[in-house]
Amino acid sequence: MTTARIPLLHRYANPAAFGRLAAKVLPWTTALAILLLGLGSYFALFASPPDYQQGESVRIMYVHVPAAIMSEVVYGMMAAAAVAGIIWKHALADLFVKAAAPLGAAFTFVCLVAGSLWGKPMWGAWWVWDARLTSELILFFLYLGYLALVDAFDDPQRGLRAGAILVLVGVVDLPIIKFSVDWWNTLHQPASLMTLSGPKVDPSMLLPLMLMIGGFMAFFVSVVVLRLESELLARRIRAWRTATSEE
Amino acid sequence: MSAMLRLFAHDLKLQLRLGSDLIAPVAFFVLATLLVPLGVGPEPNLLTRLAPGMIWVTALLATLLALDRLFQRDFEDGTLDLLALAPLPLEAIVLAKVAAHWVTTGLPLLIAAPVLGLMLRLDHGSYVTLEVSLLLGTPVLSMVGAFGAAVTLGARRGGALLALLVLPLYVPILIFATSAIGAAGEGLSPRPHLLLLASFFVAGLVLVPFAAAAALRNALE
Repeated sequence: MTTARIPLLHRYANPAAFGRLAAKVLPWTTALAILLLGLGSYFALFASPPDYQQGESVRIMYVHVPAAIMSEVVYGMMAAAAVAGIIWKHALADLFVKAAAPLGAAFTFVCLVAGSLWGKPMWGAWWVWDARLTSELILFFLYLGYLALVDAFDDPQRGLRAGAILVLVGVVDLPIIKFSVDWWNTLHQPASLMTLSGPKVDPSMLLPLMLMIGGFMAFFVSVVVLRLESELLARRIRAWRTATSEE
Repeated sequence: MSAMLRLFAHDLKLQLRLGSDLIAPVAFFVLATLLVPLGVGPEPNLLTRLAPGMIWVTALLATLLALDRLFQRDFEDGTLDLLALAPLPLEAIVLAKVAAHWVTTGLPLLIAAPVLGLMLRLDHGSYVTLEVSLLLGTPVLSMVGAFGAAVTLGARRGGALLALLVLPLYVPILIFATSAIGAAGEGLSPRPHLLLLASFFVAGLVLVPFAAAAALRNALE
């Protein structure tokens, strides 16, 4: 094992060190999120052409696709943090899983709703039971299951650990979502962004899409850092309360 | 190995002594399935179409019934603490408990399913596939369910929580089992679907004990 990596990992297990890092990072990511989402929305709504087949409804893509990407990326990050929490007992990693979960659930929900609104004019149905939609719906329920489990224990630490194990088991759904459009003959279109031959989207649409993806990402980082900080504060208040009540 | 078998026999004996535990899942399975023709009407072609899905959906729900007691009783009276101290690894204990759970819930479903198939007018060609799919699928249900029971051990409102965690993980099994039966009903080969179910079974056998044992250690800490 490399000697440099683990100390770095553990440096930010210290809440104070994390607090200093967060104070430095947060203004930048917040500004970046506002900038990218603002610019992205402008390009997505006004400065990009309507699709030659889909017309104006293609603009739903600029919300649907970033939300879909984030729904999977957040779960992937949660799984990585769960591994760190279980192997190294990294305190902050456990908390990250909990802080990220409601955001991931929200992204998944937005993805499903936006997709449904897009499906009605394009496919003629709010919902079809194809593999991509079904596996994304399962991902939503995995998020909900995690959120219900993590709060169901009297000892918060035990809830975090049980949740981390659940997140790792649920990872089996991620490749199924990603490759569902290749493995099955789905109504949902196959990948056009992350293909071996590069993106197959026209530059005029790729730009707003990329801006929105970046904006969603910066938004996620900002909110997750805020949630982590408030979780650490809540923990300090709890410790302080039990300490004073014992006196 | 002999310790595992003894634990399995011990669990089985406990389940059999509490007769109601044995009857409840299979009675639920039969009753819930028989509600379908009463709900959608007894039209034969419709029932034939619905039969594989209805049998599997109720089988899924029936295995949920006994799950919350899988580790709960041993957890409350301290048996689980002693088992965790025993030389037998916790992973093996999980497997023995899963086996006992399957014999008391999965196996009765296998026996009751053909009768329900008759009453729901399942295609003549589908019975073998129905049984094979249940034979391969219900152990996976028991395994995934054991993981759910382990991870919710010691949680408040365990029962409803358990269903919320486990049902999404049951979905792939339901999909491939019913597609296998559907394929057999249409005269196609159910083999690819059954092979996938078999792969779930093997993968579950290898992976679930570790996940469930990790969850149990967390509960016992």
